[in-house]
Amino acid sequence: MSKSETRRFTLKDIFDRFRKDSNSCEGGDCHCGPDQNPSHKPEKQDGFEQVFNAPQNRRSSLKKLTASLLAGAGAVSACNPVKDDKAKEKSQISWEEQFKGNYKLMTEEEKKATVNRLVRSYELRTGKALNMSSKGPEKDVLFGYAFNISKCKGYMDCINACVEENNQDRDSQMQYIRIHEMEDGNGLNFGKSKDNYYHEVPAQGHFYMGTQCFHCEDAPCVKVCPTQATWQEKDGIVVVDYDWCVGCRYCMAACPYDGRRFNWSEPNVPEEELNKNQHYLGNRMRKKGVVEKCTFCIQRSREGANPACVEACPTGARIFGNLLDPNSTIRWVLENKKVFRLKEDLGTEPKFWYFMD
Amino acid sequence: MKILVVFWNLVKDSIDATTHGTRLYHLWMAILTITMLIGMYCYSIQIEHGLSVTGMNDRVSWGLYISNFTFLVGVAAAAVMLVMPTYILKDIDFKRAVLIGEGLAVAALIMCLAFVIVDMGGPGVLWHMLPVVGVFNFPNSMLTWDVIVLNGYLFINITVPMYILFRHYQGKEAKPNVYIPGALLSVFWAVGIHLVTAFLYQGLQARPFWNNALLGPRFLASAFAAGPALIILVLAIIRKTTAFNIEDKTIKKLSMVVTVAAQINLIMLVSELFKEFYAPTHHSESAYYLFFGLDGKEALLPWIHTSIFMNVVSTIMLTFHKLRNNFYVLYTACILLFIAIWIEKGFGLIVPGFIPGPYGKIMEYQPTGIEIGVTLGIWAMGAFIFTILAKTAILIETGKLRFIKKEEKAINEVEA
Repeated sequence: MSKSETRRFTLKDIFDRFRKDSNSCEGGDCHCGPDQNPSHKPEKQDGFEQVFNAPQNRRSSLKKLTASLLAGAGAVSACNPVKDDKAKEKSQISWEEQFKGNYKLMTEEEKKATVNRLVRSYELRTGKALNMSSKGPEKDVLFGYAFNISKCKGYMDCINACVEENNQDRDSQMQYIRIHEMEDGNGLNFGKSKDNYYHEVPAQGHFYMGTQCFHCEDAPCVKVCPTQATWQEKDGIVVVDYDWCVGCRYCMAACPYDGRRFNWSEPNVPEEELNKNQHYLGNRMRKKGVVEKCTFCIQRSREGANPACVEACPTGARIFGNLLDPNSTIRWVLENKKVFRLKEDLGTEPKFWYFMD
Repeated sequence: MKILVVFWNLVKDSIDATTHGTRLYHLWMAILTITMLIGMYCYSIQIEHGLSVTGMNDRVSWGLYISNFTFLVGVAAAAVMLVMPTYILKDIDFKRAVLIGEGLAVAALIMCLAFVIVDMGGPGVLWHMLPVVGVFNFPNSMLTWDVIVLNGYLFINITVPMYILFRHYQGKEAKPNVYIPGALLSVFWAVGIHLVTAFLYQGLQARPFWNNALLGPRFLASAFAAGPALIILVLAIIRKTTAFNIEDKTIKKLSMVVTVAAQINLIMLVSELFKEFYAPTHHSESAYYLFFGLDGKEALLPWIHTSIFMNVVSTIMLTFHKLRNNFYVLYTACILLFIAIWIEKGFGLIVPGFIPGPYGKIMEYQPTGIEIGVTLGIWAMGAFIFTILAKTAILIETGKLRFIKKEEKAINEVEA
């Protein structure tokens, strides 16, 4: 199967997938009649198969059923002479997207296939190209974040950069980061702080403290998810499979740090503002009814760059890096500054530290 | 083969029975149907525009739907209070009430599942949550436990009465060794569904208002008060409108169950209030918000005050024999108690769990018209299902619906 962007799903592709032996569909000369053998075995596992197939032996009958269902529906959409090629391809893509498996459990091949489908789907809709990565975690990398309370002045450049970088819904003004304006002398009193203010900053007698997803080592949100649509990657980033999330919002109830956001309606990002440099688990466009969150800008951090908030911060209050690299700045901060974490008594082990100069 | 024929006849007969009735019955069913249609229309708007049409937001992410779900799990669990004495202790008083109780449990469970489904952001991919076909996060997520216990309980509550009615429909006695194991299992299962639903909230360290060891037991106490209270009311209506004879003794015994449960529930409430207010920590802020309001935000105050008032009054009414044994007082107390616990287990539990938020932010919640429409629609659906089940069960139990009679009728017709 060609991996170029102009890749198209043809009838042959569909049947190749469910071909039992190489003879049945040779040369693209397919029969889309009812004579298709429902016992066609998939050549390679894709999402639907991956889900139905997990323990191999016991469900062979179910597997056959789904394979024939898929082949049947594929045949119907692909054989319809009224539809043009693009419409056929669109319906083929949406069918395969609807029944794909959980990204966490996909093989590398399947990950590439779903990314290709999404890129192609965008191209079909808008005629424009998109760059989407499915890059996995690097070896010996564990991301950590530190926040300097003395330096933050509440400019909120981090929030704006984050919204632009991560394609967050403009209509509901979704923001992953909140900046809390604290009164001097009250200690860390979130109850008395404001996270929504419209005045000149820094305000006299106040200090500022940012919160976002803390990528906990023992994350309550991951534990409660009924479908494993959210999990922690090897490099410590807690991610969401937007296509696998059923929108029950149990993770939002479980998060002690207000780290999760829900798409209450269809997210909207104007075409000209869309960040087309995307990662499957990061800033790709979300649907309505799914949960999303900060991913330490996975599309940037996995390429070795800093998250957008770190880059945008004008005061240098934000420090990000690899906790396993002894020469990283984050390690220097953790070893030489007096650091603390929020709500440590909950035992969630956030990978986000605060410190002061 | 014969079983299929009998079953087919049962289905036909019950459709026939449920589509015929008095004018009042037709009016009742028409109102329910219209309410269901309104609910469906509201839900179609929600499907179109997403959950943004509800009053929920990122800060209060569960609202009216999950509140009703929580309450109805309790109503469903309450059937056990009838099942145990009838099937296991062979208490003849309850024999007739138990079918009604189980029908109520089935209706309540279907409503529970409906409330969960309407609360989902992506109902189209709900198969992700099913065991075997989806990816089930078992045993980590309490929600997966809830899926298992709710559906299992629904299965038990459909099969046990179904078997009994099916036998009676054929004019045979039900064999105890067939249904007793199911009934016995349902006793433990009923406690399970409510405890697991409580653990759903109790297990969240992020929400101190829920993260409280009394939550589970208190769920049970309130469930065993509200559920049988509803059953008493339903039995009262059935007694009045049908030929189904329910003895005073049955209702009096049930009222005993309600009374004890309501008293225990009140004791636990006092214990909770003492813990929150005698030596308040910042973990008591949600309770403060609920009972007294916080920072001038007091949307829940009228609700919870009404609830506590009704709770106390109805418990007092139930406690004194003289009052309780007067059926009009009893019914009033049951209505008060039912509403009180609906508020307490719904609004009074789910919403304040989110207020104040993790960083002390107070965002109030107000359900929208669409949310209320969907909720009413689901309640109407539950009442509709219950009416159908109860009508068929009553006709079979009173001997008006019999398979044999049909055959005889056919023979008689041929002879004539």
